[in-house]
Amino acid sequence: MTVKQLQEKLELTFLCGEEIAENREAEGCYCGDLLSWVMSRASENDVWLTVMGNINSIGVAVLADVACIVLTENASLDEDAKKRALENDVIILTTSKNSYQIASEISKLI
Amino acid sequence: MELLSLHYEVSGTDFTCAGEASGKIKKNLKELGFPTNIVRNVAIAVYEGEINMVIHGGGGVIDVEISPDCISIVLADQGPGIPDVSLAMQEGYSTAPDNVRQLGFGAGMGLPNIKKYTDEMIIETEVGKGTTIKLKVFVN
Repeated sequence: MTVKQLQEKLELTFLCGEEIAENREAEGCYCGDLLSWVMSRASENDVWLTVMGNINSIGVAVLADVACIVLTENASLDEDAKKRALENDVIILTTSKNSYQIASEISKLI
Repeated sequence: MELLSLHYEVSGTDFTCAGEASGKIKKNLKELGFPTNIVRNVAIAVYEGEINMVIHGGGGVIDVEISPDCISIVLADQGPGIPDVSLAMQEGYSTAPDNVRQLGFGAGMGLPNIKKYTDEMIIETEVGKGTTIKLKVFVN
């Protein structure tokens, strides 16, 4: 399933990267806010659910090659993080739901 | 035969720059055609090293030598050193301050992650002088 299809099904809102979401495959899901933990355990093409919207999250997303970041519970995205995400083709979405709710919905789709 | 040598300086105060060296190394290794898992392992190890330099080391330097069968990395800082290396190598042990934890770091995973993603890891450290970590990732 592509990130675009996932966004439509889960009614997520794009913060950046909408134009590349049709070409990015999402194959799994990982939840976590401790960046080193996520970096070592998230798999390539995972949808990463987190409340961490700082610039270091973008570094982790790039290195771990996740499909996208979903900021849950309307967690904020820092301006410098958004800039870095745009530079590095990182797709970021947001939702008011919590990570458990989104993960359980993703598990029915992927 | 050595393919490429890379050198980076890491700022001791700026978290926003952490990830630049690892990002560039990742790009270089990809362009040279190294397998995806090797690229990821090297990038993660270097990123953890960069973060450690910002949190603890007051900045430092990263040198990478890329050859077809081995990627050698040297992470060097002139920070406070590590008083107890075996303790620092334990997952979950951290001396990071609260402001660093609020950014999502300081989980006590840095050095264990570096070890996990490399084939050789040598830590040379002296309290009050600094720390040098020598790493090797073998391609085959």
